[in-house]
Amino acid sequence: MSRIHAQAAGRMQSIARNPIMIALFASLALAACAKKPMNSAGDLGLGANSAATPGSTQDFTVNVGDRIFFDTDSTSIRADAQATLDRQAQWLAKYPNYAITVEGHADERGTREYNLALGARRAASTKEYLSSRGISASKIKTISYGKEKPVAVCDDISCWSQNRRAVTVLGGAGM
Amino acid sequence: MLKRNPFRFLIALATMVTLMIAPAHARVEININKGNVEPLPIAITDFLQGELGQKISDVVAADLKRSGLFAPIAKTAFIEKITNPDAAPRFEDWKVINAQALVTGRVTQEGDGRLKAEFRLWDSFAGQQMAGQQFFTQPENWRRVAHIIADAIYEQITGEKGYFDTRIVYVAESGPKTARKRQLAIMDQDGANARGITNSNDIVLTPRFSPNKQEITYMSFEGNEPRVYLLQLETGQREVVGNFPGMTFAPRFSPDGQRVIMSLQQDGNANIYTMDLRSRTTTRLTSTAAIDTSPSYSPDGGQIVFESDRGGRQQLYVMSSGGGGQNRISFGDGSYSTPVWSPRGDLIAFTKQSGGKFSIGVMKPDGSGERILTTGFHNEGPTWAPNGRVLMFFRQNAGAGGPQLYSIDLTGYNEQLVQTKGFASDPAWSPLLE
Repeated sequence: MSRIHAQAAGRMQSIARNPIMIALFASLALAACAKKPMNSAGDLGLGANSAATPGSTQDFTVNVGDRIFFDTDSTSIRADAQATLDRQAQWLAKYPNYAITVEGHADERGTREYNLALGARRAASTKEYLSSRGISASKIKTISYGKEKPVAVCDDISCWSQNRRAVTVLGGAGM
Repeated sequence: MLKRNPFRFLIALATMVTLMIAPAHARVEININKGNVEPLPIAITDFLQGELGQKISDVVAADLKRSGLFAPIAKTAFIEKITNPDAAPRFEDWKVINAQALVTGRVTQEGDGRLKAEFRLWDSFAGQQMAGQQFFTQPENWRRVAHIIADAIYEQITGEKGYFDTRIVYVAESGPKTARKRQLAIMDQDGANARGITNSNDIVLTPRFSPNKQEITYMSFEGNEPRVYLLQLETGQREVVGNFPGMTFAPRFSPDGQRVIMSLQQDGNANIYTMDLRSRTTTRLTSTAAIDTSPSYSPDGGQIVFESDRGGRQQLYVMSSGGGGQNRISFGDGSYSTPVWSPRGDLIAFTKQSGGKFSIGVMKPDGSGERILTTGFHNEGPTWAPNGRVLMFFRQNAGAGGPQLYSIDLTGYNEQLVQTKGFASDPAWSPLLE
């Protein structure tokens, strides 16, 4: 399992008197140890197959999957990511009232300015794929956060691979 | 005029008068091009009178010590107690403790409330005065006076301009990495007088000083529209630079301060543009299906260095200021990014990624003479002191909660942590203040 688990566990012992800190590190450890890429529902502690209302944001993040992951320095859509985006496209076709924002992100193993462009490129290739699956490009906005918004925090590939991502946000930022 | 200024640090120093005794030919000197020089032992006595005089001499000593070129002698070793800073000291007393140079001074309050600070620099072994100057300023500017005196001593002994009377603009970071707060902050080069200059509601990145105005260009995600901005330090006024159809980022000023050069992101590609701040016209300089970014002008404005992944990985390229003649200059192992042209024109500093490490290095503008100054888990984003002798950058060690600022001599020696209250990144050095 990833390194953060051990680190977080170690820290938990040293800060055992502070319940807030324990909760924080426990959720970090859970996030980093998830075998499957985590999604927003995981962040909220919701189990999969929860009784999300069909067509809701929760339905999208939990049952469809709101994010895809990239290889190092790559912007091409991997096979596993294609499956996720295909589900996203089907869902968005079913619920056509949603516009989306695709947020592109990079891991922290690059320089800040380049990573802004790399995140933008990932968002653009995600947008391109979704349009090729029938989602109107005019309904897709993109934004890059470069390496500024990691979701997993440790100093090895177990975290970096989760941070190289494109997240589809329903009616997202700036819409 | 100055009283309206909300940023007290912008108040110009009033006057400088060279004291009457002409400087003698100095025997004390430091050749700073020799690499790891032996720091020069120097005695910096407390300025008369009282607490403020002592504080000024402490700031002068700290500046000179941090440069790595001077070794201030502990005050407890002093034999002579200076009672008249205008009179020649007992040079024998200073030679005995190997004080090659000696600084004496006095600070007094003028009738109009201004502060008068005087100093003299003595060559103990030659038994002569090397320099003597006096300054008038408002009492709250006492640290600036100290930095100016340190610059005068540095210049007198090394033969090069100092860099102590300067400031750093940077990104102050706080909070956990997954919910990081960022704001632009400014501080004196020694870390004093740090203060935020934007709020921390939006992501702000890559601030850079104007070469000749109290103005900063930076990138902000305000309103979830990532754009390059200008910020007037004296008024706090902000404006978006240009009206571009996409994210603009990686801004820098031209050496005359009249243009901002930056990248525009369109779909998967980033290209380099300039905007003339007077005519508001924009000019496109690169046109590739690649990421062209981090542009930086040569000090004469004739050339631009930038990074591009047009050949695969990020490499450094140089082009003319009109966009012509784009030639790759970096050919070593790994990838190169964040090039910054030295204010002296002789070198380009960069971040290099190789073998899982991040280094700060320099090379000549033709790509030859590459030298790595520091290597580690993550070093990024060099900025030059205005004299082209010292670089500052940010470093994050493995396992650390965030980045911190470091300075290093051009020779690769004298690496120093720059103290900031919280985490800090993207330092940019100001020109020498006027």
